[in-house]
Amino acid sequence: MSKIVRTMASLLILFVLIYGLYIIMHGHLTPGGGFQGGAVFASGVALLIVAFGSDNIHKSLKEHHLSVLESSGALIFIGLAFGGLATVFFYNFLVGSSIFGHIPPYGPNPGDIWTAGVIPFMNIAVGLKVLAGLSVILLVMALATTTTEVEE
Amino acid sequence: MRKIAIAASLGVFIAFLIAAAFLIHPFGYPPSQMDDYIIKNTQSETGANNAVTAVVFDYRGFDTLGEATILFTAVTGVVMLFRRKKREK
Amino acid sequence: MTPGIPFNVPFLAVAALIGIAFYIIITKRNLIKLVMGLSILASGVNLFLITLGYRKGGVAPIYTHTPAGIMVLPVPQALTLTSIVIAVACLALMLSMLVHIYRHTGNIDSEKSRIMKG
Repeated sequence: MSKIVRTMASLLILFVLIYGLYIIMHGHLTPGGGFQGGAVFASGVALLIVAFGSDNIHKSLKEHHLSVLESSGALIFIGLAFGGLATVFFYNFLVGSSIFGHIPPYGPNPGDIWTAGVIPFMNIAVGLKVLAGLSVILLVMALATTTTEVEE
Repeated sequence: MRKIAIAASLGVFIAFLIAAAFLIHPFGYPPSQMDDYIIKNTQSETGANNAVTAVVFDYRGFDTLGEATILFTAVTGVVMLFRRKKREK
Repeated sequence: MTPGIPFNVPFLAVAALIGIAFYIIITKRNLIKLVMGLSILASGVNLFLITLGYRKGGVAPIYTHTPAGIMVLPVPQALTLTSIVIAVACLALMLSMLVHIYRHTGNIDSEKSRIMKG
């Protein structure tokens, strides 16, 4: 791609990634959450692939690093689900305790970020899983159409 | 002959769709007993300000587990379909 | 409840989307058009799920700095989130299989790319 596109992409990628992480972290106060923030993050990776070419991106972003991220996101999600097994599976065991445990009063209020129990950790886990999964799909499909393959 | 059968069945199906769009409940007044309970008790039971996130991760967390499994399976399938043969040197 | 007067415009839009999608799937032969028809069908079903839960004059079901008013139902929106992610996963797998069919048989016509050895 031309020099203008490459310069603007390397300037804009920072804001897109921070916006995606902001949507993931504030999922329990404003509209958003894990899935939406992960999709925004993966669209930032798509911007990099379009601007710089998939071969240059493949030199520094390999699939097995992303697969480690995705598996750790899934394991954190299941670990949090088993954490409340004293009552039921998927019980919110952090409401009322010291970590993320405030309870907001009923009705409209300015949001307090230390609320909602186990939900912010679940947002982070699902966000990691979605961003790694969608980035791997984009990278593999972009690589398969540019490099020459061994025909059988 | 085959085209007449396809056109007739498609016409009957679309007629049923449009009839259902008229006979469903009027737009703006849905029946809602479970959702009234969820809206009233979200902040005291889960502590979240966002009722949609509380429903996705707390009241119906099991569906989110199934969806994470589907995403993982789809990524595995795509990576498997685009493998490259390694040359033996 | 009384049956709907013809002001159920969102439900008519859903019926139009699903009807167009079924017409595409049944009568078109190009495989890429078939994938597009399936994607339109998924969009129609997601729209139907969201318009089932609208209350007249409602606001979003979020309590941070919310204006006054009754809230719309949150459960159909949660189900639509799951449905959108599943549609993306299915679309990725379908397009990958399409690339492989083109590499093995040479064309993407659904009548000509059948390999049956008798």
